Amino acid sequence: MSSLSYLKRRAVNSLMLVLSYGSAMFGVAVLLLILLYTMARGASAINWDFFVRLPRPTGESGGGIANAIVGSFVVVGVASAIAIPIGIMAGIYLAEFGKNRLAPVVRYFADVLNGIPSIVAGIVAYTMVVLPMHEFSAFSGGVALSLLMLPIITRTSEELLKTVPDTIREAALALGIPRWKVTIFIVLRTALTGIITGIMLAVARVGGETAPLLFTAFNNSFMSLRLDQPISTMTVLIYNYASSPYRDWNEIAWGTAFVLIAIVLVVNIVSKLFTKAKYAL
Amino acid sequence: MAKKLVIEHLNAWFGAVQAIKDITIDIEENGVTAVIGPSGCGKTTFVRCLNRIHEVVDSARVSGRVMLDGIDIYSKTSDPVLVRRRIGMVFQKPNPFPTMSIFENVAAGLKLNGIKKKDRIADTVEQSLKNAALWDEVKDKLFKPATTLSGGQQQRLCIARTIAIEPEIVLMDEPASALDPISTARIEELIQQIKERYTIVIVTHNMQQAARVSDYTGFFLLGELIEFNRTSDIFTNPIDKRTEDYITGRFG
Repeated sequence: MSSLSYLKRRAVNSLMLVLSYGSAMFGVAVLLLILLYTMARGASAINWDFFVRLPRPTGESGGGIANAIVGSFVVVGVASAIAIPIGIMAGIYLAEFGKNRLAPVVRYFADVLNGIPSIVAGIVAYTMVVLPMHEFSAFSGGVALSLLMLPIITRTSEELLKTVPDTIREAALALGIPRWKVTIFIVLRTALTGIITGIMLAVARVGGETAPLLFTAFNNSFMSLRLDQPISTMTVLIYNYASSPYRDWNEIAWGTAFVLIAIVLVVNIVSKLFTKAKYAL
Repeated sequence: MAKKLVIEHLNAWFGAVQAIKDITIDIEENGVTAVIGPSGCGKTTFVRCLNRIHEVVDSARVSGRVMLDGIDIYSKTSDPVLVRRRIGMVFQKPNPFPTMSIFENVAAGLKLNGIKKKDRIADTVEQSLKNAALWDEVKDKLFKPATTLSGGQQQRLCIARTIAIEPEIVLMDEPASALDPISTARIEELIQQIKERYTIVIVTHNMQQAARVSDYTGFFLLGELIEFNRTSDIFTNPIDKRTEDYITGRFG
């Protein structure tokens, strides 16, 4: 071994190591910058009233975004109620009963659906729900978001169910347990922590969507829990307030952005904790 | 002794490949029947046909008859789920349910077969673990994950899980091949203890094990049953030349 080639190899090794670290740091730095900048700009708007009060009319200072926080949870809740059961069942179909010609088609459609721009999901919900109901509504916003959640949950469920080894299925079948019970109480249960993580990430993902809500959930200056009425959401509020000419509205937009990021972060952390659960596969 | 299983002209395939050919054999009640033979001779496929778990695999196919107490388990009216409740199975690699505790593993077959009474489940779990010679080692940690047990303990847990639903026959597919010698000895002792209550069919590639634990032995080669007899006869006085070659270690 010539010492020259050894030195060269060491130099290349160091260079690559520095590049890898640098790239990793860059990724982390971008997230940190967004977090810190949003915090710096939004912190001044945040106080107790911010969470419990309603927005004030233009020109009046103070007020809060209680309706938007509640509204976001309502809309995402509707989306989850639609997408979680359908997504898990579709995932079960693909993983457990999908050895036929239909399954690859379903899988392909799910992947395509995953790739459509979110605003298209909004247009679909607008056409199918808002137009027939003659009203913007929390429900239509939930439908729009559920279209975005559905493929994520379907494919995550499928992939995680597939990680359950066949020996587990055979062990259960050999106990004389009917197939449907094996699927739900043994296979699904084995993959459940992972599936819950996937669901949480899907929730966090659609919680930050604005475009599909602009012409479905629309907006509402008041507190509303009604599914058949327009509803305020954090993302649409950010969109409206950030593009307004009023300085205090801009500040509220920053504060709302910070709250939204914090919620997404918490959901991510909780889902991480889930994967570390005692009974992880 | 009575004939518990009467197997007639049993064939099994994976796609176009025939794994076992025209097997005819009787399994005696409350006996231990060993199935020996070199790797790939179809012995695992054979026992997997006896509780209809073979057909779970894609492209797998079976023909022939397997009479359980005189009724064909492959008849049109036979339900594989009910067959498997009467014919349990222990697999080659320990396969406890990973997200369940020790207790839940043994209780799973009972609960999912519709037994709801908690005290009855608890009693059966305890009795099954005792019968599987595992109770003393796990009684203080019944609610710990089953995956915290050693390989040998996991396999005894799987045996406890199988006998908890009180099958009439227990199929064992090389139950000790993944275990160390001490765990293997414990499994063999266990087979001796439980054979009074169950009919056992055990696949093994370990001839000494077959000689130690079984009353009857069948020798398989290339998917065919070469010889079937009392274990003592097979090992001391084999009729077929190929059986003799195999048990004396000339091949396999």
